[in-house]
Amino acid sequence: MNDVVPERKAPPSGAGGFSLDLKTWGPFIALLALALLGVLINPAFLGLDNLANMLTRSAFIGIIAVGATFVITAGGLDLSVGSMAAFIAGVMIILMNGLVEQFGAGLTTVLLGVGASLILGVGAGFINGIVTTKGRIEAFIVTLGTMGIYRSLVTYLADGGTLTLDWDVRDIYRPVYYDSLLGVPIPVLVFLLVAVAGYVLLNHTRFGRYCFAIGSNEKVAEYSAIHVDRIKTLTYVLQGVCVAVATIIYVPRLGSASGATGVLWELEAIAAVIIGGTVLKGGHGRIWGTVVGAIMLTMIGNILNLTDAISNYLNGTVQGIIIIVAVYLQRASWRKTGP
Amino acid sequence: MPRIKQSLLALAVSAAVGVPAAATAQEITIGVSIPAATHGWTGGVNFHAEQAKERLEALYPDIEITISTAGDPGEQANDLEDLVSQRDIDALVVLPFESGPLTDPVRRVKEEGVFVTVVDRGLDQEGIEDLYVAGNNHELGRVSGEYIRERLDGEGEIVVLRGIPTVIDDERVQGFQEAIEGSDIEILDMQHANWNRDDGFEVMQDFLARFDDIDAVWAQDDDIALGVIEAVRQAEREDELFIVGGAGMKDIIERVMEGDDLVPVDVLYPPAMIATAMDLTVQHYVSNGPVVGEYILGSPLITQENAEEYYYPDSPF
Repeated sequence: MNDVVPERKAPPSGAGGFSLDLKTWGPFIALLALALLGVLINPAFLGLDNLANMLTRSAFIGIIAVGATFVITAGGLDLSVGSMAAFIAGVMIILMNGLVEQFGAGLTTVLLGVGASLILGVGAGFINGIVTTKGRIEAFIVTLGTMGIYRSLVTYLADGGTLTLDWDVRDIYRPVYYDSLLGVPIPVLVFLLVAVAGYVLLNHTRFGRYCFAIGSNEKVAEYSAIHVDRIKTLTYVLQGVCVAVATIIYVPRLGSASGATGVLWELEAIAAVIIGGTVLKGGHGRIWGTVVGAIMLTMIGNILNLTDAISNYLNGTVQGIIIIVAVYLQRASWRKTGP
Repeated sequence: MPRIKQSLLALAVSAAVGVPAAATAQEITIGVSIPAATHGWTGGVNFHAEQAKERLEALYPDIEITISTAGDPGEQANDLEDLVSQRDIDALVVLPFESGPLTDPVRRVKEEGVFVTVVDRGLDQEGIEDLYVAGNNHELGRVSGEYIRERLDGEGEIVVLRGIPTVIDDERVQGFQEAIEGSDIEILDMQHANWNRDDGFEVMQDFLARFDDIDAVWAQDDDIALGVIEAVRQAEREDELFIVGGAGMKDIIERVMEGDDLVPVDVLYPPAMIATAMDLTVQHYVSNGPVVGEYILGSPLITQENAEEYYYPDSPF
């Protein structure tokens, strides 16, 4: 998968020539090490229930992070995903509560809610993309702006409180989060599907190659007759769709949304992407790494909950150290070859 | 609109008679500074502040109330300066974001000769405020602990979900631990769930995976409790335990009213205390009795019998 676009750190003429092992396998090795730590701390870690809980939880951040992999690979950044998720969740709940009167608490209501979520995701992503590219404003600023906008909109919609989904609708919608298919929780299946689709799109299509090219060097990509603005906008739309999908499986979990929903998800998604081996500056993306990164982030929290050996106040410290060490190991190969 | 007309009329009359306007129109401006509605409880604070403003302004035409909300301690400090310089307030009702950073800004407001009411979170220095209105966090912990102790006959295994690591959380946990001291109730573990539903859900999932036997859950807060309820439902362990939250969120009060076995009680820590504080501040101007000192609200146990008293269906919280 690395032959498509030259490595960012390698001289453009001679790609290859050094081992990529740690870069590819680093995240997986870190994940295994972390899992081993989990088992040592508490054997309950390996319980089927616990593993299912953990993977299901990681699905939200994971799905969003798959989208973020595209945005970051193409040299962009999206800080608005957490607020966007909260906003979409809020609108979905209001809409479904409103539709109950017309369609009753049935499948139609839920499907319309799901449809609205996807439309909102596409729309919100498109706005981020078009303002960034056509407006020539840094993605950081645009998405910082939309982050604040969506966050305050959901607070406004909820009147400062919490939006709660109608109880009858919840009973119908609930299985989307809580049920399993062939023993695998549905959110995990959705996560897997999104990841496979993301992998194919990024590594085996022209669109994916363009993302790499734009992230490596936007000017060169433009001279190579790539529609840079269009491709970049598409990455944000894709991100929006991923947020919508994540929200669709998030809403049935607690059936509510408030100003506190999805806070800091954007940072977790970006962290998952970087832990997985994607370069923050763009030009190099790795979907499976992102998946592992998202699972690792959830796993850290899970392991900390399974032990009382570490003071609760130090949870953040442990998380920080593990994240930095994981990325340190993964970048070992870069340090050997030098910049 | 009517008020503007009224004061214009007053102005016209006083101008005609030749008396200074201020002498006749004794308008009192009260500034209310509260945190923005970033989570359920502060959402309730905003709701009750707006309600109290409407009610008090209708009741006392001479009193004008300005509410400003801030997203962080720095913004709140700016708000306080603006209230003094732009609105020329006579009294301030403030629910500080954090005690430390806002102590000095509130002291400066006080030095301008403003009547100061502090709500919920006390300042770091004594003697700044004229009036202090607050819930009782220690009491909330104690009442919760006593209920769990009694309900379990002094014996059992429980888990505790804590809030955001702050003084508020510490006081509650301290009160709780004092209440169960000397009994055979064992706290299996405590973890922070940050007064957040999602965190409550995840922490409880992990507790359920880790402990085969849990008799009771002290969630300390109703948002956390809602997450805990879903986690317990998922694990299908509703029958072996019960949950005690805190604050008085309407969703939880509803369950208590309906006699839900999973959530048999709640412990009050009402966001409506902002209304109490505004009422008392107004009394300082309209009553002939003194209004200074401390006003500490109780944290009563909300049971099926008295739940209706604490139920606000229109509140967002």
